[in-house]
Amino acid sequence: MILTEKYQLLRRNFRNFAETEFTDELQKRLDTEGGYEAEMYQKMARYGFTGIKIPVEYGGQGGDSLAYVLMIEEFARVCPVLAIYANTPNSLGGGPLVMCGNEEQKQKYLPDIAAGRKHIVFALTEPGAGSDAGGTLTTAVADGDDFILNGRKCFVSGAPIADYAVIYAKTDPTAKGSRGISMFIVDLKLPGITIGKAEAKMGINGYPTSDITMDNVRVSKADLLGPLHDGFRMAMKTLDGGRLGISAQALGLAQGCLEEAIRYARERKQFGKPIAANQGVSFMIAEMATEIEAARELVYATAVAKDAGAPDSSMKCAMAKYFASEMANRAAYKAVQIFGGYGYIKDYKVERFYRDARILSIYEGTSQIQQLVIANTLLR
Amino acid sequence: MKIYVCVKQVPDTSGKVAVKENGVLDRASMKTIINPDDLNAVEAALQIKDQEGCEVIAVTMGPPAAEGMLRELLAMGVDKAVLISGREFGGSDTFATSQVLAGGIHHLGLEKEDIVFCGRQAIDGDTAQVGPQIAEKLNIPQITYAGEVRYENGKVYVKRMTEDGYMRVEAETPVLITCIKELNQPRYMTVRGILECYDKPITVLDYPTLENEPLIDKTTIGLAGSPTTIFQSFTPPVAKGGEMLEGTTQEKCDTLAAKLAKAQLL
Repeated sequence: MILTEKYQLLRRNFRNFAETEFTDELQKRLDTEGGYEAEMYQKMARYGFTGIKIPVEYGGQGGDSLAYVLMIEEFARVCPVLAIYANTPNSLGGGPLVMCGNEEQKQKYLPDIAAGRKHIVFALTEPGAGSDAGGTLTTAVADGDDFILNGRKCFVSGAPIADYAVIYAKTDPTAKGSRGISMFIVDLKLPGITIGKAEAKMGINGYPTSDITMDNVRVSKADLLGPLHDGFRMAMKTLDGGRLGISAQALGLAQGCLEEAIRYARERKQFGKPIAANQGVSFMIAEMATEIEAARELVYATAVAKDAGAPDSSMKCAMAKYFASEMANRAAYKAVQIFGGYGYIKDYKVERFYRDARILSIYEGTSQIQQLVIANTLLR
Repeated sequence: MKIYVCVKQVPDTSGKVAVKENGVLDRASMKTIINPDDLNAVEAALQIKDQEGCEVIAVTMGPPAAEGMLRELLAMGVDKAVLISGREFGGSDTFATSQVLAGGIHHLGLEKEDIVFCGRQAIDGDTAQVGPQIAEKLNIPQITYAGEVRYENGKVYVKRMTEDGYMRVEAETPVLITCIKELNQPRYMTVRGILECYDKPITVLDYPTLENEPLIDKTTIGLAGSPTTIFQSFTPPVAKGGEMLEGTTQEKCDTLAAKLAKAQLL
């Protein structure tokens, strides 16, 4: 896709920010120590990155999906975990509010989210309900002006640092499967909420992931998000945008791998010549570059199709996520292969890329779930 | 209160430098960037805008393509962008350029409480002459090499960096300040700034508009009117890294003496 001047400038600005601010020192620290870099989040907020897709009337930047994927791609090219910082408020966290919130809810929550003053995260997965959200055991029972929530959500990205979570709970126990689920905006300071210990992860360290446990948590009916009992459909719509974001993250990570591999293949000498002079190495680079370019076209085209309301955009989001995340794993594999023994050493960035890549084909729907979405769309 | 910032689009010297037969840079064939010191000037202006809420106006003289650079400045937070452009201005040296920029600022209106910021120097010419010459033409005080700038109640307080130290200077507005890169870290563009900058107008001042400006002497602008004659344009050779001598002080002195003798310098 040929980008207009405006999108080219957006890209250049994102790249300049990432290359300047995401220092090697910061990346290494986040990878080895985990935790969270609050200062970086504030910097991103200052330039509108945390509210890129939030409408202007709610304090956001009013950008479209193409601007959003360019941002995630450029950030992930330098540091995949820091790309998540800018991703969450625009996608899984802020997305349901933008899509389903009533005016009062949007006014109450979105300006603080867009400005980076508050964090919101997405809590769908449960110990027994991952790909199959129909197994949701968290319940919300109406009680006067409130709902009472009980249950446990797991693998919630950002939970330890969040102020709010969008929580999915069964409101109609008689409904089967994914029916009868509703969405709530839950203040994580409410009595009865326990945030678990941050998980020790293989990669994307520096953005903590944990459980959220609810024990008779009273949530006001004013915080029911979207229509009662129809939360699962909304979750799926939110995930369309989320999957597009992951596809951009995968694209950026793969691009980062390619650039590292090219640089190293030119520098590293074996048998008296740079290893790039060997076809075995150069063909790996050619293959990486070709797959990245194919993914880029798919991701950008999907972003445009989604904003245009194309009827098959859900399927396209699944395709983009499926292809780009699998491709990123192949690219990371090849990059480590080209680096040889050094690629296995933590001092080299491709080692981290390799670990970071692994989650891409798992979170926000595994590759197999994406295939299911694609196949179901085609075969229904 | 208004703040003018004079900016220049320069060749990206990290890329290939092209020179025409007459020695003048072939700007059209080269990738361009905003002159780095000018970005510090823009940031200095925007910081005062953050504090005072005043208007920041970027002014450049250049070909129509300089519009792209002005849009980037709008995306950073500049309120108004002015492009001084016309064939008659082409090929101007620093003397001619400063007249035209001063004329442009005069045309737009310079008042008692206004400030003009410039970068110290442009990376293509490295003269550091334009800022001071603009101040002279406008007949306002100038403070060069600003490493710190503070504005308060109509006065600027500047730490002026010199080769062997610094001076603290204060001046009443109007004043022109030239900025060095140590002054600040220029901000990035905001997303909204970029999304909106393409819909904002760019004010173009052409030759007929400025022809009768009292600060512009028509006979000394453009390539023909510029008093500078270019003898040669070249990319300076990259200086080789020095050589560190090893050993004790005595050994190092001996090695150095031997090298100097070999080069017939002793």
